[in-house]
Amino acid sequence: MTRYSDTFSRLQKNPLALSGFIIVALLAACALFAPLIAPHDYRAINVKAVLEPPGPQHLFGTDELGRDVLSRMIYGSRISLAVGFVAIGIATVIGIILGAVAGYYGRWVDSIIMRLVDIMLCIPSFFLILAVIAFVGQSIWNIMAIIGLTSWMGVSRLVRAEFLTLKEREFVLAARASGASDFRIIFSHILPNAMAPVFVSAILGIAAAVLIESSLSFLGLGVQPPIPSWGNILTSGKDNIETAWWLSVFPGTAILLTVLGYNLLGEGLQDILNPRLKNK
Amino acid sequence: MVRAKKTPKKHTGALTAMLIHLAKRLLAMLPVVIGVTLISFLIIHLAPGKPTDVMTELNPKITPEARARLEKYYGLDKPIMVQYGLWLKRIALFDFGNSFSSDSRPVIDKIWDQKQPLLDRRLSVTVIINLVSMLLIIAIAIPAGVYSATRPYSFGDRVSTVIVFIGFATPAFWLSLLMMMLFSVKLGWLPISGLKSLTYAAMGPWEQVLDKTLHLVLPVFVSAFGGIAGMSRYMRSSMIEAMGNDYITTARSKGLSERTVIYKHALRNALLPLVTILGLSIPGLIGGSVIFETIFGIPGMGQLSYQAIMTRDYPVVMGILTISAFLTMLGNLAADICYAFVDPRIRVK
Repeated sequence: MTRYSDTFSRLQKNPLALSGFIIVALLAACALFAPLIAPHDYRAINVKAVLEPPGPQHLFGTDELGRDVLSRMIYGSRISLAVGFVAIGIATVIGIILGAVAGYYGRWVDSIIMRLVDIMLCIPSFFLILAVIAFVGQSIWNIMAIIGLTSWMGVSRLVRAEFLTLKEREFVLAARASGASDFRIIFSHILPNAMAPVFVSAILGIAAAVLIESSLSFLGLGVQPPIPSWGNILTSGKDNIETAWWLSVFPGTAILLTVLGYNLLGEGLQDILNPRLKNK
Repeated sequence: MVRAKKTPKKHTGALTAMLIHLAKRLLAMLPVVIGVTLISFLIIHLAPGKPTDVMTELNPKITPEARARLEKYYGLDKPIMVQYGLWLKRIALFDFGNSFSSDSRPVIDKIWDQKQPLLDRRLSVTVIINLVSMLLIIAIAIPAGVYSATRPYSFGDRVSTVIVFIGFATPAFWLSLLMMMLFSVKLGWLPISGLKSLTYAAMGPWEQVLDKTLHLVLPVFVSAFGGIAGMSRYMRSSMIEAMGNDYITTARSKGLSERTVIYKHALRNALLPLVTILGLSIPGLIGGSVIFETIFGIPGMGQLSYQAIMTRDYPVVMGILTISAFLTMLGNLAADICYAFVDPRIRVK
């Protein structure tokens, strides 16, 4: 545990990483306590207050059905948080397993897995995601799964590279000499030493997943109204582009800040966990 | 790159070595081609429901015989691997089948309409926008990266770092909305959508060029924006890494001017990894076409694929997925050739 508390104290000294951490923490608080924070019912339709500009009643204005935009955005943070974490969780697990197997066993296993990575990198993943979502249906679980299934390549390359160097080290040879199984060597001896870059890339991956989810919802292929997501609020922003700027400006800023937060945190952690790079 | 090391250390001419390198890369692409086509084929065929459902469901009077006939016509009664083989044979001849939409035109006609002028065909529109934004990325990101790297942690570097982080985090579709709001709705400087004005046909040739260019300003800018941020970041770190090498110290101690050191010694080496990264960024650019072509109403491949996805037009989706994967591979191959050109180590070794 000391390693983690050490990381945290160094996080406090790195202003960029700290601001990223604060943004991410605020976002998580927003999502957790949405019912307490939201000033209005996010579903409440009010025909008397359609497309009202920001004011004391509705801080961020109202949409075309008179719903409070701020409340919808607060609830929307749940979607982006959940999609980011679950999708990247799936991607990281796949990436770790494939990368570990490829790096540890080498030879033909490695060739096959790395060819698969090449293939996946050649298919424009946003096209692939759109196509699959359109064909299998657009539930939030499908979105998480498909983003996860198309985002593991970077992690697997990272893990493979770590395994290639780590598997020759003495502690691995010692474990092997004492009769540890491959499974045990991979998961309890090598993997813990390879986790730092994986952790960083997972946080950067969440940022990418948030962007993909919001783009999908914006195109009408992601989270479906009446469930609010930042992307689908922006769809009504596009429909009312000539009259209601607040429908575009606020949710977009929320996406920007979120992605910025994860990126800052990720880059900051990279500096902290890998001081060699920083001094270059 | 690793593969090239296996070439015998014979002293062949640069051109021959280059050709051998190219042939090897082409050979290495073969499994990728098969994999890419197999994946696009399987995904669409493993989806629930048969592709002909779209046609049969809408027709309440359809008999089981007619349904079977339709399935036979599209080859859906054969085992899946046979279907894949047949499909592969057809796409090798650019036959992607017919669209399921009401016009039921061949897919290839929709993407590459021979009746339209060359530059108006959907594939050309998308490729041109992506090429121009690629050039824009290179033209802005490289100088920006060099500037930051040669003055690390200076005020200018900090400003550009902030811009890069914000650029990275800006969703392309939101940027499109903001740009439309500012330049088209508020200021009225640029057209709001489409590729041509309504009066296009009545314009002179130069006016036509100007009209199209004005329509393309925002889409190109939006599609290049994220790339500029990412690429200048890569350029910065690649350049900082190059500046830390021993040959830079050598060059400096020889008394070369800082200018020569930066542009002749460091920059040339820093550009190498960038070529690969540019190649890798192609799928992202192509995928991004869906977003900005849909928002700006540009008649390219992205817009077509969006329409096809929304109407479950399987042959069109499959055709576009395959073609865009091929474009990516071509881009990677081009990056590879460039790499061999700029880095003699790859050719000669």
